[in-house]
Amino acid sequence: MRYLPHTDTEIAEMLAVTGHDQLDDLFAHIPDDCRYRGEMSLAGPLSEWSLTDRFQELAAKNYSSSAKAVLIGAGSYSHHTPEIVSSLISRSEFLTAYTPYQPEMSQGTLQGIFEYQTLTARLLGMEVANASMYDGASALAEALLMALRIARKKNTVAISAAIHPHYREVVRTYLQAESFTLIELPVKEDGRTDLSSLQNIDDLAAVALQSPNFFGVIEDLEKAGQAIHSVAALFVTCFSEPFAYGLFRSPGDNGADIVCGEGQSFGMAQSFGGPGLGMFACKAKHQRTLPGRLVGETVDIEGSRGYVLTLSTREQHIRREKATSNICSNQGICALTAAAYMASLGATGLRSVARLNYDKAAYLRNGLIEAGGKLLFNSPTFNEFVLCFPDDFEVSRERLLKKGIVAGIELGRFYKEYKNAYLFCVTETTARVVLDTVIGEACK
Amino acid sequence: MTTGPGRSGLIMEEPLLWEKGQPGRTAFSLPDQDVPERSKEIDANLLGEAPDFPDLSEIDVVRHYTRLSGWNFGIDTGMYPLGSCTMKYNPKINEKMAATPGIASSHPLLDDELSQGSLQILFELQSFLASLTGMDAVSLQPAAGAQGELAGMLAFAAYFRKNGEQRNKILIPDTAHGTNPSSAALCGFKPVQIQSGTDGIIDPQVVAELMDENTVGIMLTNPNTLGLFEESIREITAIVHEKGGLVYGDGANMNAVMGIVDFKRCGIDIMHLNLHKTFSTPHGGGGPGAGPICAVEKLRGFLPTPHVTRKDGAYYLEYNCPESIGRLHAFFGNFGVLVKAYSYILSMGAKNLKKASQLAVLNANYVRESLRNDLYLAYDKPCMHECVFSDKWQQEYQVSTLDMAKGLIDHGYHPPTIYFPLVVPGAIMIEPTETENKDDLDQFIAVFKDLIREAKEDGERLRQAPLRTKVRRLDETQAARKPCLTG
Repeated sequence: MRYLPHTDTEIAEMLAVTGHDQLDDLFAHIPDDCRYRGEMSLAGPLSEWSLTDRFQELAAKNYSSSAKAVLIGAGSYSHHTPEIVSSLISRSEFLTAYTPYQPEMSQGTLQGIFEYQTLTARLLGMEVANASMYDGASALAEALLMALRIARKKNTVAISAAIHPHYREVVRTYLQAESFTLIELPVKEDGRTDLSSLQNIDDLAAVALQSPNFFGVIEDLEKAGQAIHSVAALFVTCFSEPFAYGLFRSPGDNGADIVCGEGQSFGMAQSFGGPGLGMFACKAKHQRTLPGRLVGETVDIEGSRGYVLTLSTREQHIRREKATSNICSNQGICALTAAAYMASLGATGLRSVARLNYDKAAYLRNGLIEAGGKLLFNSPTFNEFVLCFPDDFEVSRERLLKKGIVAGIELGRFYKEYKNAYLFCVTETTARVVLDTVIGEACK
Repeated sequence: MTTGPGRSGLIMEEPLLWEKGQPGRTAFSLPDQDVPERSKEIDANLLGEAPDFPDLSEIDVVRHYTRLSGWNFGIDTGMYPLGSCTMKYNPKINEKMAATPGIASSHPLLDDELSQGSLQILFELQSFLASLTGMDAVSLQPAAGAQGELAGMLAFAAYFRKNGEQRNKILIPDTAHGTNPSSAALCGFKPVQIQSGTDGIIDPQVVAELMDENTVGIMLTNPNTLGLFEESIREITAIVHEKGGLVYGDGANMNAVMGIVDFKRCGIDIMHLNLHKTFSTPHGGGGPGAGPICAVEKLRGFLPTPHVTRKDGAYYLEYNCPESIGRLHAFFGNFGVLVKAYSYILSMGAKNLKKASQLAVLNANYVRESLRNDLYLAYDKPCMHECVFSDKWQQEYQVSTLDMAKGLIDHGYHPPTIYFPLVVPGAIMIEPTETENKDDLDQFIAVFKDLIREAKEDGERLRQAPLRTKVRRLDETQAARKPCLTG
C-alpha cells in the first residue's frame, strides 16, 4: 500500500530496537476481551483507477450530475467561484497544516485568518469577528448562548419563525439541556417578524432575526433593533446568504450586537450541505465572551509584525468546563477560502455580483407573476422569493425537472401554513435562457 | 548537522490584503448582465454601501496567497509529529474524489431520489465506521470531535430523561482533552476529575469510589493522551454500568487500534471518531473536521436527526426519530470531509487499515526507545501511537520544552504537542503516525539528539530559536492584553 512506507526489512530492524518479535507483540498488553474478533467488514482496497470509477457511478446517481440549474437556495447557494480561489487554497501548505499552535511556522494561516476576521467584520459592519464556527446553524446557537452569558441572570431568548427551520432546530438541540426558555416569534403577513409581543416577555436576554430571512425577505433591521434594545435585550442577527450585504445595509449598521451566519456562498462547493462556514462577529466590548478561536496581531522579539491565536483563556484547552464554548477544530480552510473569495471580489466586484443576483431574481419573479404566480409576501427581497400558484404547479415543476431544472422548493415541508408556496433562488450563475424556460413552462 | 530540511529558503514579504490594491480592480470574472437592471428600485433606507474591501487584480490575489503559503508548514512540507492530532499523510486522490462534479455540486435539499449517490456514500460510510469500532449505529452529522462529544452528552441526558432519572455528575480523567469537560458542561453535567494512577492509566478502584446513582457515567479516551491503553477498561465500564451509568469513548486516538480493539466489547456506549485524524482528511489549519458518533443499540434512537437509512435498495433520510436529540448541523455535517474519509477507507481496505495501526504503534515505540536515554520518559512502559517525554533532564541547563520545540522548527520539523497532557509537567508528546518511514524517523531522532546535546553545551541558541522563520518568538502577552483582532 503506497501510504505505508515501511519495507519488511525496516519493520524487522525497528522491531529489533523496540524488543518485539512481530508487529502483533506490540499489542500484547491489550486484554483479550477488548480485542477485535475476525476482520473488519469494509470494502476495498481499490486502486486509484477503480476508486475513480466508483465515484463516477455514485455521482451519476445524483441529479446534480446532469442538472442545468437548481433554483433553490434555502441555506445552500450556487455561486461562481473564481478558479484562483480553489487553486490557491488547495495549496498543501494551507491544507495539510494543523491548528496554528506554533505561530512562527504558521504565519500563512494566521495572517490569512486575521484578514478573514477583518473582511468579515467589515462585511457585517461589526468591530470584531472570530476565526469561524462550524456552520450558520451552530453559529446561531452559539450566539444565543453567548447572549445568555452576557445577560447573566436572564434565561429567555426569542427567535423569529422566519429563521431557517434547520437553524432553529439546531438552536433547540444546543439549548435543550440547560433550563433556558426559547420563544418563537411569529411571521407577519408581509413576511417580516412580528415583534409586537416583546414587551410581554419576561427575562428576555436576546432576540434573533435572520435577514434576508428564510423567505428571502429583507427584515427591517433598524426598527427591529430599536424595538429589541428598548426591552433591554441583545440584538442578534443571522444570515444564510452573505452576498446580500453587497447591496443591503449591514446588520452592524442597523445596531446588531452579535451577527452570525453561513458563509458557504463565498467560495465553498455546495457539497450536499457541508463543509460550510459559520461566520461570527460582535461588538468589541463583548470580545472576551466570544466562542471559538481568535487571531490577533502582535510583534516578535525583534519588533516585526506577526499573528498569534489569542484570548485563549476563554477556550476549552485552558478553561475546560468553564470555557465559553467546547469548539476546538473549526472551519479553518473554509475561512481562508472566504477571505480569498472576498479579496477576489473586492468592494466593486461584490457590489456588481450582488446587483446581478438581485436583477436575475427580479427577472424570474416578475416573469412568474405574469405567468400567474402570486407573491406570498409583499416585501423587499434579495435573490430568493416565495410565490404561490393558483393551479397545481407540481406538473410544471415535473416537466422542468425532466429538462434539468429544479424550480424552487415547496414550503409545506417546513411550514404547514405555507403549502403550495414555493421558495425560489436565482444567482448570477443562472442564464436568462434558463429563467425563460421556467417562465414558459409555468404559463402552460 | 549541516544539511537537512529547513536549513535555507527564500522568505518573501507580503503586506495585508488592504494594504494593496486600487479601487476599480477585480479578480472576479463577472457574468454577463443578460437581464434588465432592477436594483435601483430598492428602498433607499435598506440600501447600503459596499463594504470596505480592497479591490485587487487576479495576480495580486495569486501572489498574496502564494507568499502566505510559503510561511506555513504542512504535512506535505515535512514531519508533523503533533501528539494526539494524528498528522498522517493526506492522500491527494481523496481531494479529487470529493471534488467529483456531481458530488461537489449536490444541493442538500433535493428530494431523496435525486440524491441517491450522496446518500449511498453516507450510508456506506456509516456501515464502515460501525464495523471499524464494533458499534451498532452511526451518525455522521457532528462537524468535529467536540460536536460529537456534545452529541454524545446530549444523548446521555436524553437517555436518563427517558428513564426518569436525574444525574448531574460525570467522571473525566485528568489526562482528557479539554473538550471533554467543556462538552459535558454544555449539557449541565458537572465534571468530576479522576486522577490517573502512577502507571498513567485509570485504577478501577478510583472509579468504583466515585461512581454513584447521581453520576451520568464516564468519558474515557482510549488509548489515552499519554499514549497508553486503558488496560482496565472492561472493569471500569462494568462498574459504571452496574450503577446504571453510561460510558463515553473519545476516539481521538483510534489510529492506534483499527482492527485491533472492539469498542463495544470494551463496554463503550457511544464514541466519536475524528475523521481528520485517523481517516486522513486534511486539517486545513484548523478544520473542517468531522466527528461522527457511533453508538450501541440501546442509544441508536437518540442519535441526531435525520438518520440515513436504506429500504428496498434505495437510500433515504428518516426524520421520524421521536427520541432523537435533534439536529446538530444545518444539513448533514461536513459532507465533503466525509467523502474524503470514505475514499480513504476504500483505498485502504480492512487489512491496510489494521496494518496502518500496527505501523503507527511501531513508529511511536521506535521513537520512544531511540530517545529514552536523552529525554525523560514520563511513564516507562510500551506505548501505543504516541509517546510522552518531558524536559525534566534539560531543566538544569535552563532549556525548556518550549526551547526544544522552537529548536526543532529551525531544523525543518513541526514540534510535537507540548505541555499536554497536563499531568506531565513540560510534556513533549510525539505521535509520528504510520506514514513516516524509518529514514525520516532516524533523521528526526538524530536532530532531536543534537538539540539535546546543544542544550547541555550551550542552550542560548535554543532559547533564541527559531531563527530561520518569517517571524521570531511572538509576544503573546501583548496580543491578549491589548487585543487587535481586525485590521
